Amino acid sequence: MTLPRVVLRRCAQAVPLLVGVVVVNFTLLHLAPGDPITVIVGDFPAPPALVQQLRADFGLDQPLWRQLLIYLGRLLRGDLGFSFANRQPVLALILERLPATLLLSGSALLLAAVFGVGLGVAASRRPYSWLDHLTSVVSLLGFSMPVFWLGQLLIIGVSLGLGWLPAQGMVSLRADPSGWGRTLSIAQHLLLPALTLSAGFLALNSRMARASMLEVLRQDYVLVARGKGLTERRVLYGHALRNALIPIVTVIAFNVGYLMGGSAFVETIFAWPGVGRLLYDSMFARDYPTIMGIFLVVSVGVIVANLLADLAYAWLDPRVRY
Amino acid sequence: MTAFLARFLRNRLAALALVWVLALSAMAALAPWIAPTDPLRIGHDAFAPPGRQYLLGTDNQGRDILSGVVYGARVSLLVGCLAAFTSSLVGVTIGGLAGFQGRWVDALLMRLAELFQVMPRFFLAILVVSLFGSGIQQIIVVLGMLGWPPTARLVRATILTIREQPFVEAAHATGVPGWRVCVREILPNSLPPAVVAGSLDVAQAILTEAGLSFFGLGDPNLVSWGSMLFSAQGFLRHGWWLTVFPGLAIFLTVVAFNLVGDGVNDALNAKLHQQLA
Repeated sequence: MTLPRVVLRRCAQAVPLLVGVVVVNFTLLHLAPGDPITVIVGDFPAPPALVQQLRADFGLDQPLWRQLLIYLGRLLRGDLGFSFANRQPVLALILERLPATLLLSGSALLLAAVFGVGLGVAASRRPYSWLDHLTSVVSLLGFSMPVFWLGQLLIIGVSLGLGWLPAQGMVSLRADPSGWGRTLSIAQHLLLPALTLSAGFLALNSRMARASMLEVLRQDYVLVARGKGLTERRVLYGHALRNALIPIVTVIAFNVGYLMGGSAFVETIFAWPGVGRLLYDSMFARDYPTIMGIFLVVSVGVIVANLLADLAYAWLDPRVRY
Repeated sequence: MTAFLARFLRNRLAALALVWVLALSAMAALAPWIAPTDPLRIGHDAFAPPGRQYLLGTDNQGRDILSGVVYGARVSLLVGCLAAFTSSLVGVTIGGLAGFQGRWVDALLMRLAELFQVMPRFFLAILVVSLFGSGIQQIIVVLGMLGWPPTARLVRATILTIREQPFVEAAHATGVPGWRVCVREILPNSLPPAVVAGSLDVAQAILTEAGLSFFGLGDPNLVSWGSMLFSAQGFLRHGWWLTVFPGLAIFLTVVAFNLVGDGVNDALNAKLHQQLA
């Protein structure tokens, strides 16, 4: 199968999932106790005329399947509803907060990739050595550590105790509003939250990297590379690691939902102005349209990430294009 | 069974983890006798550090932390075990149906599993709990309904392999009816992986419950470790003990269930290796 056909096929497989997520959202909207209109408006004293208008817009007096089509049509046009608590369309609200979340989760993934893969590769070089045991201990602890607890501990220890890094927010109010001062301030605010969020992925990456390096190092082509007289360094990084990284890409993509969940905690603890913090605030405001919108956007994000990982996989490893 | 237990206990870490789980269960059951006071009772000494009078200190409203940790075990264990049980039950049923029926039933159910796997579990849990209310029953049902896909996939995969084994063929050949072969021969043999997935699920469910409580979505009438961390968030500056002890309880319990799961897995696999050898 050629690459374009693989792309088409994978995209086609993602469509039912997207529809499924919308149907789940729609079902919840209707199963929720009370009138669907309360979910559409949120806990907000809306004027009756507006409520009437929304009832008509969502077709709430029409049969369910028509309502689903109307709902689907609205979503396709990018209309995720209106947040009365924030006086803004939900999509605009989320897009406004998205860059902060992407900066945080991107940095966390980068930290986890560098240290996790490094640790895993080092462990795979000497299985059952002390370093290997240390790696498995680190990964067990990383998996079991509640991310919100780790964040609180880091604030107590590093920010309040040692006074090294700021505990709250994204940029200091006293920082130079432009140029390097601002960048530096953001970097200082970013370090602790990113570190907190990276813990789980560091564990995952080190475990995956170890397992897949051990697998790859047994392959014939590694033997050939060694037989050609390549230096151990080139065998390791030029041949083995490149192939060992492929499954890691997939695992990271598969866990994007988990990453976003962790990000919600981290943003709440460190008052980081991203989508997770928005979710937290919306929950207290009982702003249902925003909560639903965030769920929808994150679900679509996971599906797209998986799709991209699948395509990257097919591109990196020609054997997948069966 | 005794052979299995012996193999399991040979793994010292797993044995230690099991001891912790059992001790915790005893603590949860005997909470009213162990805890010094009612965990929700507001006292006069706010932010009392750990010491002779309050072993683990008190929080911003003078509530005893030790009592909170002891009573919190009830919520964590109850939610963790019942949610994992629910998701195992759903997982075995769906995986079993997919594995036995095959064809379009299999295809449909596996697409459903895929859908549940791409939906971010924590966000869906938040959405459902904030729409339907945050009672402990709702939390158990939600976590149970979200955790089943890995179990279903495992059970389905095992059934597909076991179906082709000689002993199943033998059963068919001796004239045992099809449904009986399924229930008596195939299903019991496909359960061990589900048990392992179930014990790892307990750890996941405990973490997710703590997370919901940390977001202020826990059962408001019960003390849980997550809700203690939620109320500590505003007072990180005032006392480390508000955060350290409840968090440590979550952490140790999750580690313990993960280790028990790994131990069960190793013990089961050892048996498998012996059979194959």
